[in-house]
Amino acid sequence: MSPDRILVTVVGLAAVAAVAWFFWFKRAEGVAAATMSDGYQEVMVLVKGGYTPDTIRVSAGKPVRLLFRREETAACSEQVVLADFGKSAVLPEGQVVPVEFLPGEPGEHEFTCQMGMLRGRLLVEAA
Amino acid sequence: MRSTMTDHTTTCHPAAPAADSPAARAADPPGTAAASTASAAEARQAERQAEYRALMRKFWFGAAVGAPTMVLSYPWLIPGLRELFPMGSQQLWYLWAFMGIGSFAVIAYSGNQFFTGAWEGLKHRSANMHTLIAIGTGTAWIYSTVALLFPQLFPSKATTDVYYDVTVVVTALVVLGMAMEVKARGRTSEAIEKLIGLQPKTARVVRGGAEREVPVDEVVVGDVVVVRPGAKVPVDGIVLEGASAIDESMITGESMPVAKAPGDEVIGATINGTGALRFRATKVGADTALATIVRMVGDAQASKVPIQRIVDVVSGYFTPMVVIASILGFVVWYDFGPSPAFAYAVVVSVTTLIIACPCALGMATPMSLTTGVGLAASHGILIRSGDALQAARRLDTVVLDKTGTITVGKPAVTDIVSGTGTTDADVLALAAAAERDSEHPLAAAIVAAARERGLETAAPSAFEAVAGHGIRATIDGRVVLVGKRALLEADGIAADALEAEAARLADEAKTPVYVAADGRALGLLAIADPVKADSREAIAALRRLGLRVVMLTGDNRRTADAIARAVGVDTVVAEVLPQDKAHEVRKLQLEGRAVAMVGDGINDAPALAQANVGFAIGTGTDVAIEASDVTLISGSLGGVVAAIAISRATMRNVTQNLFGAFVYNGLGLPIALGVLYPFTGLLLSPILAALAMSFSSVTVISNANRLKRFRLQGVSA
Repeated sequence: MSPDRILVTVVGLAAVAAVAWFFWFKRAEGVAAATMSDGYQEVMVLVKGGYTPDTIRVSAGKPVRLLFRREETAACSEQVVLADFGKSAVLPEGQVVPVEFLPGEPGEHEFTCQMGMLRGRLLVEAA
Repeated sequence: MRSTMTDHTTTCHPAAPAADSPAARAADPPGTAAASTASAAEARQAERQAEYRALMRKFWFGAAVGAPTMVLSYPWLIPGLRELFPMGSQQLWYLWAFMGIGSFAVIAYSGNQFFTGAWEGLKHRSANMHTLIAIGTGTAWIYSTVALLFPQLFPSKATTDVYYDVTVVVTALVVLGMAMEVKARGRTSEAIEKLIGLQPKTARVVRGGAEREVPVDEVVVGDVVVVRPGAKVPVDGIVLEGASAIDESMITGESMPVAKAPGDEVIGATINGTGALRFRATKVGADTALATIVRMVGDAQASKVPIQRIVDVVSGYFTPMVVIASILGFVVWYDFGPSPAFAYAVVVSVTTLIIACPCALGMATPMSLTTGVGLAASHGILIRSGDALQAARRLDTVVLDKTGTITVGKPAVTDIVSGTGTTDADVLALAAAAERDSEHPLAAAIVAAARERGLETAAPSAFEAVAGHGIRATIDGRVVLVGKRALLEADGIAADALEAEAARLADEAKTPVYVAADGRALGLLAIADPVKADSREAIAALRRLGLRVVMLTGDNRRTADAIARAVGVDTVVAEVLPQDKAHEVRKLQLEGRAVAMVGDGINDAPALAQANVGFAIGTGTDVAIEASDVTLISGSLGGVVAAIAISRATMRNVTQNLFGAFVYNGLGLPIALGVLYPFTGLLLSPILAALAMSFSSVTVISNANRLKRFRLQGVSA
């Protein structure tokens, strides 16, 4: 094998490893929801090419209010779905849209766009 | 900052989606929710329109630059240009440099969403379609520019071809695909937008003794609302006075107008016929049947079909997998491919990135679900979620509650037998006059039958109830007896002539009521809970769909069997106590059957909840029945047939879409990677890949839209 081929192979395999690590081995700490005076755990989520924050930690058994604000026109993100809680909301651009639900048992849930392209995680922790 | 946001959500009127949450609804003044739903739908449509126009502008710019770029990339193929720009000439270099600038403009303007989208995704360590297109077109442009500026970096002369045409044409085609997608997506949600559009804007209410036209938001519960002939019923209510027939097809799916008289329920957004009505508003704003339907349909459309969860797992890995495949493709082609290896490797990896279509995969089920749920709603069928839809496809047994589901649920006079010398009208009129003051449930049926036929009923001068047997009344000096045969016999009246008819009626599960006057038996009335007009047909249609039909009733075996014979069910379970209905459903499930339970939603709630799919039937304005998976607004059993047929069609559509998306990606990716090259010498061009990619996502949406053409022919009338 010529040196250039060895180089391309090594760099290529390294790139594969880097891609796999970058996309699949992220372990975000996440943002813990703050408890408001009305008893709701509240987090503001920015919708722009993804969800920021995309990992949200909440306590089990206390109501949660996620405030979504979409700042893009791409049709992809026009709806957010919390399938496990049977909740969804249309997100008009530039408006704050609250989605409320009560997380039961501790566990991990997803919130996604309708196509499942944008994803966020909701970690329900024991209170 | 946070507290400001909280204030915003509790004190301002939230937009429609916000009205989804109970808390937000509670904070909402009555009446605003429906209106804001309508304006949010308009806003969404406007947003889509703007998005479409923006994408089309980007496409036209890309196309305008793309057409000459494609031609000028291969000037040596075209006579005339061949002489002007010979290979390796200075002129050609300048031409390509000019194309490089043009294609950069296309990337920056038409393709900017790919790069910003990819960048936003990378910040979240996630990859999407934008990532693939951005890397693909970006690689092609950078490679071409490097080849143009630093040809000495490349070992052979042939390597220094440029691929600006790939950059421009791929960008234009993918943008065109996105524009078509936005347009088609709008069509999938037409059904719900049509529902929202039904909401009337104003109402005529009686305020301070005068009729006034007010915005529908200002109608409150208890208002007396006036509906003129041909006008829309503004909110839900109960008729106080007047008579008319109302077209409820837009809500219930029933095409026949429904007669309304005082005491009847009217549904907002339906259209009044030729009579004038006054009614008392009982539900307004977000509580109306229409607003609830819109909310339920919206929720169901956004829910997930269980199969989608598997797709979600796949698509979570899909995009990075494609990036990895394209890197490996590059390495393999560079190491083992033909010369010029570097150019081939670049083309293969770019083609791989571009042909992959995560969108087709992601859209496959939501698009079909949105269309299917909307289609059902237009037939007066509310499917609560994707789970219900998927479960409805697998049903093999339908359990029907008898009373109120197969039958009307209210006793009525079904037959009149008159003896010699009298007419049916005489028999009925006399009986109705005698029963006028009775409180027996059968009496109400007789009085109603006489009123329906427009018969005059005289007031009895004397009235006596003979417990367990019937009544004795004096009308215009005649002594009239209405009741069992024993009542007549006690007075020494012979009823032998009517005996055979009475026995026949009893066999049909009808209750015979004897009528006698002046010491002579005049005739018979038969009273029964009549079978709904279309029950028989609907049950036959259910059986044609391959379902076993079971009837469940608390009635005695004889009545149950008579009804079963009349409508043609397979199995009858009689004498079931109301609380045991759920148990009967469970028994069928233990036999391994997937059971649908059809009932009235209130008495049958436990059985509806136990069933694999619970259908609440004939709910009128009370559409949000918690125990049911499917709500049928009209009372017709035909809705069950339609709901099952639509579920099957929708799930078939989902399967087609998923199959298509998987097959497309499963075939497209290996071909792009060049597996056919060693055998056929075939290598896909990135431009064809872009065409295929755009076409695949549009195909998925078009297939979902095809569902809208679904007709219930042959399934139900």
